[in-house]
Amino acid sequence: MRKQKMDLDAVARFNRIAAPTNFFFSLFFILLALVCVVPLVFVAIISFSSNASIQKIGYSFMPLEWSLDAYKYIWRERSSVGTAFLVSIGITVIGTITGLFLTSTMGYVLSRPTFKLRRFFTMLIFIPMLFGGGLVAAYLINTRMLGLQNSYLALLLPVAVSSFNCIILRTYFQTTVPDSIIESAKIDGARQLLIFFQMILPISLPALATVGLMLSIGYWNDWFSTMLYIGSDHQDMYPLQYVLISIERNMDFLTKNAQFMSPDSSRLKLPAESTRMAIVMVVVLPIAMSYPYFQKYFISGLTIGSVKG
Amino acid sequence: MRKKWRLSADDIELTLLALPTTVWYLLFAYLPMFGVIIAFKKFKPLPGKGFLESLLKSKWVGIDNFKYLFATPDAAIMFRNTIAYNAVFIVVGMLITVTLALMISQLHSKRLAKVVQTMMFLPYFLSMVVVSYFVFSFLSADKGVLNVLLKQLGMEPVQWYMTPKYWPGFLLFINVWKGMGYGMVLYLASITGIDASLYEAAIIDGASKWQQVKFITLPMLQPIILILFIMSIGRIFSSDFGLFYQVPRNSGPLVDVTQTIDVYVYKALMGMNNIGFSSAAALLQSVLGLITISLANLIVTKVDKDSALF
Repeated sequence: MRKQKMDLDAVARFNRIAAPTNFFFSLFFILLALVCVVPLVFVAIISFSSNASIQKIGYSFMPLEWSLDAYKYIWRERSSVGTAFLVSIGITVIGTITGLFLTSTMGYVLSRPTFKLRRFFTMLIFIPMLFGGGLVAAYLINTRMLGLQNSYLALLLPVAVSSFNCIILRTYFQTTVPDSIIESAKIDGARQLLIFFQMILPISLPALATVGLMLSIGYWNDWFSTMLYIGSDHQDMYPLQYVLISIERNMDFLTKNAQFMSPDSSRLKLPAESTRMAIVMVVVLPIAMSYPYFQKYFISGLTIGSVKG
Repeated sequence: MRKKWRLSADDIELTLLALPTTVWYLLFAYLPMFGVIIAFKKFKPLPGKGFLESLLKSKWVGIDNFKYLFATPDAAIMFRNTIAYNAVFIVVGMLITVTLALMISQLHSKRLAKVVQTMMFLPYFLSMVVVSYFVFSFLSADKGVLNVLLKQLGMEPVQWYMTPKYWPGFLLFINVWKGMGYGMVLYLASITGIDASLYEAAIIDGASKWQQVKFITLPMLQPIILILFIMSIGRIFSSDFGLFYQVPRNSGPLVDVTQTIDVYVYKALMGMNNIGFSSAAALLQSVLGLITISLANLIVTKVDKDSALF
C-alpha cells in the first residue's frame, strides 16, 4: 500500500509541468488574483481618503491625506445607514429561513421514489425552468393582485424559491440519505412530517448550508426587488444595496435628517465621495470576511447542482 | 387501475409537505405565465376591479403590441445587443475558464492554487451595484484612475460614460472578471475528479502533457461543458440587468451598446409606463428562450445522449 502511494507520487512528480512553466503560471495566477481583489482594496483606500485629497488628485491608491471622516459621518447618520443595515440583515435572515423551508420540503418530496405524485411535482418545478412569465407579468401580479408594493414581503417572497435549489436538495436527499432509515422509521410508525423534520433535516446539514448560503448571498446582494417594489416615499425600508443606488447621484438619503442635526454636527461637511465608498465597504465587508470560510459549501453546491437527474 | 391511483397516507403527508412550495409556484411562477396574455391586450386597470378581472376584460389587440414595438428602432438594437453580447460572453467565458482550470490544476504549489482560487472567487459574491462603484472609481471622468493616468501621460482625458465605443470591451471584461473564479472552480472540481490511472496509462504510452489534456482531460470535461453550454444557450435572450443598467449608470449616450431586452423591458415598464411594449418584449424573450433551450438540448441529445439536460 505504502509502495503504491510512493509510486503514485513519483508518477505525479514525473508528470509535472517544467519548473519554468510553473513559474510563469504561478506569476500569471498571482496577477490574476490581484486583478480580482484590487478594486475592493481601492474602494477601501478611497473610503479612508480625505475629502481635500480626493478633490485635489482624484481617486488615488496613494491619497495625500488619510481620514476617518467618511466613517465618522456614517456613524453620525447611523439612524439612516444603520436602519438600512438592519433591514438588509432582517431580509437576509428571514428570507433564507423561508427559502430553506420551501426548498427543502419540495426537495424531500421529489426525492421519495415511492411517492405517487412525484412526476406531477417534478413537472411543477421543471416547467418554470424552461418558460417564465417575464418581468412585466410578474410585476403586475405582485403589485396589483398580491398587493406586495412597498411591503417587505416583496423583497422576501418572489426570490425565495428556485427550481435549481430544489433540484440540488432533491439530488442530495436521493444520493446521501439511505432509503432504509426512512423505511425503518415508517415501520416504527413515524409520520413523514416527523421523519422529515426530526431525521432528514439534521443529517442533511451540509446540503442545507450550501443552499442556505446561496440564498443568503442572494438576499444580501439583492437590489432589484427594492428597485421594483419599494417606492422612493418609503426610504426607511431600503436595504443597504439600494441605499448605494439611491446615493449614486445625490446624497439625499443621508442628508434628509440634516435639519435635525445639532449646529455642532452640521459644521462637519459631508465628505460625499469617501462616504459613498465607505458604505460600499459596509456592504461588502461581511461577505469579504466570511466567504473564504464558506466557499467550500458553494463549490459543493455547484457540483451537486450540475448533476442532472 | 383505480386502486393504483389511491393515495396512501404516506402520499397524502408528502403532498402536505409540498403544499407551501406548490402555492409559491402557483403565485410566483404560474400566475405570471398566465399573465403573459397581457402582451396581446390593451391593458387598462379598471377602477374598483381586481387585476385579473381588468386583465380579462381588457381589449384583445392581437399582435399590435409586437407590430408597434418592432416599428421602433429600439427593438432591433436590444435584440442585437442581447444576442451578440451573450454569444461573445459564452464563447470567451468558456474558453477562458476552461483554460484557467487546466492551468491551475498544474500548479506545483497546491497552497498557491488554493489562495489564488479563493481570491478569484471574490467577485462572484459581489452585487452588480458594488461592481458599478468599482468601475466608477476607475472610469469617473474627473476623479477616476484612468483619466488621472491619462493626464499624467499628457493625454486627453476621456468621458468614459459618454463614449459608446469602449463599452463592449468594458462589459466583456467585467463579465469575465466577475465569473472567471466561479467557472474555474467548477471545471477544476471536475478535473480533480478524473481517475488518475488514466493519466498513468497515458504516461506509460509516452503521452506529452498536451496530449494528456487533449485526449483525457478535455473529453472527460465534455459532459459538464455541454451541460453548462445548453444552460447558457437557453439564457441567450436574457441578460444581467445589473451589468447593462447599473454598471454603465444608465447613461443616455451609451444606450446603443447597453440596451438589452431586460433593460428595455424595465425602462418601458417603469420609466415610460408602456405596458404594451414592455410585455411584448418580455413575452418574446420567454418564448425565444424556450425555443433556444429546446433546440440546444435536441442538438446535444444527438451528439451525446448522456449530456442532455432533459
